Amino acid sequence: MSAAAQPAAAGALLSIKGLRTAYGKIIALKGIDLEVREGEIVALIGANGAGKSTLMMTIFGNPRAQSGRIVFDGEDITQIATHDIARRRIAQSPEGRRIFPRMSVLENLKMGTVAAPRSSDRDLERVLNLFPRLRERLTQRGGTLSGGEQQMLAIGRALMAHPRLLMLDEPSLGLAPLVARQIFEAIRELNRTDGVTVLLVEQNAFHALKLAHRGYVMVNGLITMTGSGHELLERPEIRAAYLEGGRH
Amino acid sequence: MEYFLQQFINGIALGSIYGLIALGYTMVYGIIGMINFAHGDIFMIGGFIALIAFLCLVALGVTAVPLALFLVLIIAMLITALYGWVVERVAYRPLRHSFRLAPMLSAIGMAFVLGNFVQIAQGARVKPLPPLIPGGLILIDNGGFVVQVSNVQIIVVLTTLALMVIFSLIVARTRLGRDMRACEQDRTMAALLGVDTDRVISTTFVIGAALAAVAGFMYLIYYGVIDFYIGFVAGIKAFTAAVLGGIGSLPGAMLGGLAIGLIETMWSAYFSVQYRDVAAFSILIVVLIFMPTGLLGRPEIEKV
Ligand SMILES: Nc1ncnc2c1ncn2[C@@H]1O[C@H](COP(=O)(O)OP(=O)(O)O)[C@@H](O)[C@H]1O
Ligand SMILES: [Mg+2]
Repeated sequence: MSAAAQPAAAGALLSIKGLRTAYGKIIALKGIDLEVREGEIVALIGANGAGKSTLMMTIFGNPRAQSGRIVFDGEDITQIATHDIARRRIAQSPEGRRIFPRMSVLENLKMGTVAAPRSSDRDLERVLNLFPRLRERLTQRGGTLSGGEQQMLAIGRALMAHPRLLMLDEPSLGLAPLVARQIFEAIRELNRTDGVTVLLVEQNAFHALKLAHRGYVMVNGLITMTGSGHELLERPEIRAAYLEGGRH
Repeated sequence: MEYFLQQFINGIALGSIYGLIALGYTMVYGIIGMINFAHGDIFMIGGFIALIAFLCLVALGVTAVPLALFLVLIIAMLITALYGWVVERVAYRPLRHSFRLAPMLSAIGMAFVLGNFVQIAQGARVKPLPPLIPGGLILIDNGGFVVQVSNVQIIVVLTTLALMVIFSLIVARTRLGRDMRACEQDRTMAALLGVDTDRVISTTFVIGAALAAVAGFMYLIYYGVIDFYIGFVAGIKAFTAAVLGGIGSLPGAMLGGLAIGLIETMWSAYFSVQYRDVAAFSILIVVLIFMPTGLLGRPEIEKV
């Protein structure tokens, strides 16, 4: 199932066409087509260095796309400034989490409201109910949290903007299996009860595809496969390439 | 002992001025990792604007000294802030994504431009201002030696204290301050969250320049003279103060300023006036050998 040229269904929240990105001479994205519909969880899987994080960052205009189009909710955002993209209420928990180390947990969460000035105490409550661990650590500095707590904080910070699209770059990376499971459970919960649309990047293909409605497989800057989460999980190529030992 | 106390008071007053300038160096360094070499000249320009504004007010017949000084301070802050804003826009922002040394070269160039501009526009001669605030508080008078805090010193120290408090509150409590800290800790992430980082950087230059203008104003009323060269001399001492305190650290800048002010005053008082600048720099070198990140700086590893 080579999915490179799928027609964009009407009502796609995020639609990416022919996206190319380069770092100097290194071409990291070689023409990506991908879309995310409202209410979906979409998983993007692929080996280290495939270009997943580059795609996440290119959606935010950092780095800028060399060519191609990124359309969010009917608007072309390919050339818009990074902070203005955030103000369209696309939120990202980026690779490496990027918690502000010398801000308290509460301040880190408040930073999530910059793009959504009307964010309320209810959004804070929602995050703290989703991750009760953060409630116990509100005054602690971000840099002193454990890896799992930082991940919760990064997701929580993204949620504070009440995003229309939540982008998560490897939320399970470096976490103990039990903590990773909690994170995946939280993502499922958010999608089910609040209808949050999620674009999820994962190396942990098994969990991601189980969670996702649809998935894309990226190899070397190109999308090589797409399908529903279940379909992809059943495919032998995927099992061989991404699920060996990844099941925990 | 009385002599020491008097020198201590003088050192604190001078150190306050250095500290206010040092804040500008350290803020800009914290937020974009660049030494703004033009900052000393921004301070000097602040002093000149204060002088010109004062002469204009006198010409206009504003003779009530407190009112005139207040107006002069406000005018100097506003116009100098504009200079800071323009310098960032013209000399640094276009180079933000250039190679690492480019903004630094541009900053050195900007320092020359501003220095020479004032030299040509105002002449190289020392410009005097009549003493405006006479008198002071006599602390000790034991017949032989009088220890005194002049009213100008009181104003300098109180203004610095007030500005430090206001400034710390802005950084710690306001949305702008939080955005500034976010940019300082991770500029990319700040942008991903919707912070207009260019605007925050501009604002940082504006605040730094306004503080430098206050320092320039205080220098003017403290010494009663000003010339274009103080931008370089005081600028380099304030920069030393920022490094001594730990570049990037706001309390460090103030502490470093006080330290440099005290060292310079004490050295002049007990050893030799000629070598006072050498003293400040020697102490800087010694501190950096044993504490490479300065007095209140943090090790680089803590940066993510
Ligand atoms: N900042 C960068 N500068 C240069 N090359 C980069 C940079 N970031 C990523 N790359 C390169 O781009 C390719 C894709 O990387 P990345 O998007 O991080 O992959 P993934 O997230 O799938 O592991 C890799 O070859 C990587 O070396
Ligand atoms: Mg990655």
